Order: sequence, then structure tokens, then C-alpha cells
Amino acid sequence: MTIKGKAYIVGAFEHPTRHAPDKSVAQLHAEVAKGALEDAGLSRKDVDGYFCAGDAPGLGPLSMVDYLGLRVRHVDSTDTGGSSYLVHVAHAAQAIAAGKCNVALVTLAGRPRSEGSSGTQPRSWGANLPDAPFEAPYGLVTINSYAMVAMRHMHEFGTTSEQLAWIKVAASHHAQHNPHAMLREPVTVKDVLDSPLIADPLHRLDCCVVSDGGGALVVARPEIAKSLARPLVRVIGAGESPKGQAGGRLDLTTSGAAWSGKIAFEEAGVKPADIQYASIYDSFTITVLVQLEDLGFCEKGRGGAFVADGNLISGVGRLPVNTDGGGLCNNHPANRGGMTKVIEAVRQLRGEAHPAVQVKNCALALAQGTGGQLGTRHGSATLILERV
Amino acid sequence: MTERKIPAPQVNPEVKPFFDAAAEGRLLVKFCADCAQYHHYPRALCSFCFSGRTEWREAKGTGTIHTYSVLRRGVPVPYCIAYVTLDEGVSILTNIVDCDLDSVRIGQRVKVVFKPTEGGPPVPMFTPI
Repeated sequence: MTIKGKAYIVGAFEHPTRHAPDKSVAQLHAEVAKGALEDAGLSRKDVDGYFCAGDAPGLGPLSMVDYLGLRVRHVDSTDTGGSSYLVHVAHAAQAIAAGKCNVALVTLAGRPRSEGSSGTQPRSWGANLPDAPFEAPYGLVTINSYAMVAMRHMHEFGTTSEQLAWIKVAASHHAQHNPHAMLREPVTVKDVLDSPLIADPLHRLDCCVVSDGGGALVVARPEIAKSLARPLVRVIGAGESPKGQAGGRLDLTTSGAAWSGKIAFEEAGVKPADIQYASIYDSFTITVLVQLEDLGFCEKGRGGAFVADGNLISGVGRLPVNTDGGGLCNNHPANRGGMTKVIEAVRQLRGEAHPAVQVKNCALALAQGTGGQLGTRHGSATLILERV
Repeated sequence: MTERKIPAPQVNPEVKPFFDAAAEGRLLVKFCADCAQYHHYPRALCSFCFSGRTEWREAKGTGTIHTYSVLRRGVPVPYCIAYVTLDEGVSILTNIVDCDLDSVRIGQRVKVVFKPTEGGPPVPMFTPI
């Protein structure tokens, strides 16, 4: 069974806040749920499927279904880190295709900025992790995990810091048009290289922002989508592929996007060259570069040349990427950027992106998420979306 | 400069022999008697063929730096995280220590040293040969 055309994204909402010390995490989930349902033109009573990941407090759906006052017949709390919400859209489409629900609500929210989260500090993933005894003593944190991938990519393919910097430059060009973005000042390659080296070879401006906030999506069956007033955005392909250390046979410069992307493209029946807009998870600049290669937008090892000279800037380059400013400049709520990747792809397909960055007649878009850590183990999820 | 405090590994029964050996200055790697492959981090069941016939083997303790990164900001003392590919063929997450961190390079030959942790067994790290 394919999910192609079986479900539509009918509601999408990104919380405008980037700093919410006066709100609870559950409250942020509720506010984005309300926003996405209003966007769709649906009510809470229409929701019969609920999806959330590890950012949701308590026992995920148990806590949140009660808090949100939902009455559902299908739940899913798949957690693949920041890529979870792309997986949720795919699983919602599967559940709808199988008749398990009609209207699925997906929520994400968190307050890492208010809680003092930093990419140079260890994150707690819970007890009994099989890998932890072999990683925690060595000071594995978020940024040095990604930095080791960047270092290896430079070694194998000659990728440069200047090339990585272009990814931030493109994000900042887009973010200047987003009134909610945390970093709205356009930056240059030199600005990135002049920012402090945090973990070689990554500079401060190679990193995403830490922000409070959240986002939500509503996925519905075709008949319901067609009864609503919003532009039609349907799911035509999806892939999900966690990737790890392979028992110590490392392959650090290839991400799970090589697998999830292939699955999604095959299901959708389209090629990378057909994609008019791409949301690419951007926890760090290197994350974007590796995924672009693995998705087939360029050859493996040629990502540096591909991203340079503004090639990711809307209206300038060949592939507009992260036109909201991405995690690098706009928003990275709950340290999980997958949700905002889907939301900006939906905006582009609806023609509702900022006019300065809107892709003309955007009918085919891709959203790509990673989660966890590229240098150890990560989730990867790819969605291909079409405007009908 | 102050010494970096190394967090103790959370030892569980499956991997206790690894840390018992580390306390004696020996680096162990898991080897599968069925598929004759080393894997790391260590599992009871082989990472490659899922056989239960895995055994601990003492590694030579030498290898090559596969990749690394020096964390310079946001921490009290800079340190170098790395993957070292052991001569047995598997890569191990570790730190490069007892050297000028600015001189660390991919491809450098290294050997194991054992460093004390905060209230736990010592852990293997590597230093340039």
C-alpha cells in the first residue's frame, strides 16, 4: 500500500514566540494545536488521531490527549528526535489510508531557551542507553558530534569552511524577511568565519538558534481536505531511516537521508531535479550539506560547490532552501527542527511564504529532517509534498 | 590550566568486563566467533550476524585518528573528541589527550592510555605515538 495521495496537510501553524519563560510546555502545545486547527478551519472535535514525540510532557499521548481535551481513536508517539514530526505526517497518512483516523493532529513545543539549553552541554536521553558508557565519559555533546562529521567531510572531499558558511548566508538572507526570526541581520561568509570557533571546524554562526516555541500540523483524508477553504497540499512520498555507527564501521559523511530520500522519491515518482523548494534540517551548516548530497541534489562530496555562491537563496540560486530562515536564523523550537521544516514547505506550496522568498508557482516541495546526532546515531525522515 | 573532570561511565552487566579490564590497563573489543568480526561499542549479540557467540579480545591498543573536533567554548577546559580506528578495524569514540590539541590531525597514529574518571573505572583514551 502506498500513502501517495491518501492524505493532505490541511493545517499548519508556527508559534510566533521565540522566548516563553511565562508559559508551560503543555500550554505551548495547546496554543499551536489551536493555531493549526484554526488555520485548517477545523475544530478540536474533528480530531480523531493525535501524534507527539519526546518533547511532549509526561506519557506523551496519555498526558496530552487529556490536557488538550481530545477524544481520539488513534495515537502515535514515535520519537526520532527532531525528525519525528515528518515521521508523524507519514504515519498519519498511513493511519488515514488504513481507516484508523480521519483528522490527525501533530504537535511540538518546548522551552530550551528559557531552560538554558546549549549545544556545548551533554543532553540527557534517559537511563539504560547501551551507548552511554562508551560516549558520556568523552564529553560527547551536540556540536562536537556534528563537528566530527564536518571535519571528516573536509578531509574526504576538500569541503571548506567558506562553503559551509554559504548555508548560513542563505538562511540569513531569507530570515531578514521573517518578522518572527531570531536572527534577522543578513551575514556574509566573512562574518561566519570571523565568529568564534566553537568546535573545530564549526563556528558560532554555523550553529542553529536555541528557541522556545513550537508548531503543529493537521493531516486529513482527501474528502475532508477538499471540503475546506485552504489550498490543497497532499503527501505523495515519505521515507524514514535511522542510521547509526554500524558496529564501529563508520560512514560518517553519509546520513540516513540517503535511505529515507530514496524511499520517498520512489514513492512519489519524482526526481530531485523536479523539486522546486526544499526544507532541509539545519541544526548546523554541515547538516544541510550532507543531506543535500544524500538526497541526490548533487553528487556525494560535491555539496560544498553546490551550496556556494548563493545557490540556496530564493530568487538567486537553483534550489531555494529554508526560506523562513531555518533553524540557523529563524527558529529551532524544543531543539527539534522537523516541524518548522514541514510548515515552511506547506507555506511555499500554498503560496503563503513571504513575497520576497516565495517560489513562483511552487507545486512540488521536499521536507527533510534529522534527529539525534549525525556523528553517532540519528533519525532521518523525508516528505515529498505536492500542491493540487 | 585545570584538569578536565571525566564523568564516570554508567557500567551495566553486559559491558562490565570492558571496564574491569580498563582498570587493569587493558583495552577489550568484542569479537564474534561465528562471523569473525570485531564490533564496538560492545554487545552480547553480534552487531553484524546477531550470534550470541561473542567474546572479549584484547586489542593491540594502537590505531589511527578517523576524525576529531576540539571543543573550545562553553566548557571549562577545551578537549578533543575523536573516533579512532583501531588496528583491529573498528572505530571507537574517545578523546585525544596528552598532546597539543592544535596539532591533532586525521590519519595520525595513536596509542591507548587509561584516564581516571569521577568515582568510576578508568576509560581508554588515545595519545599520538
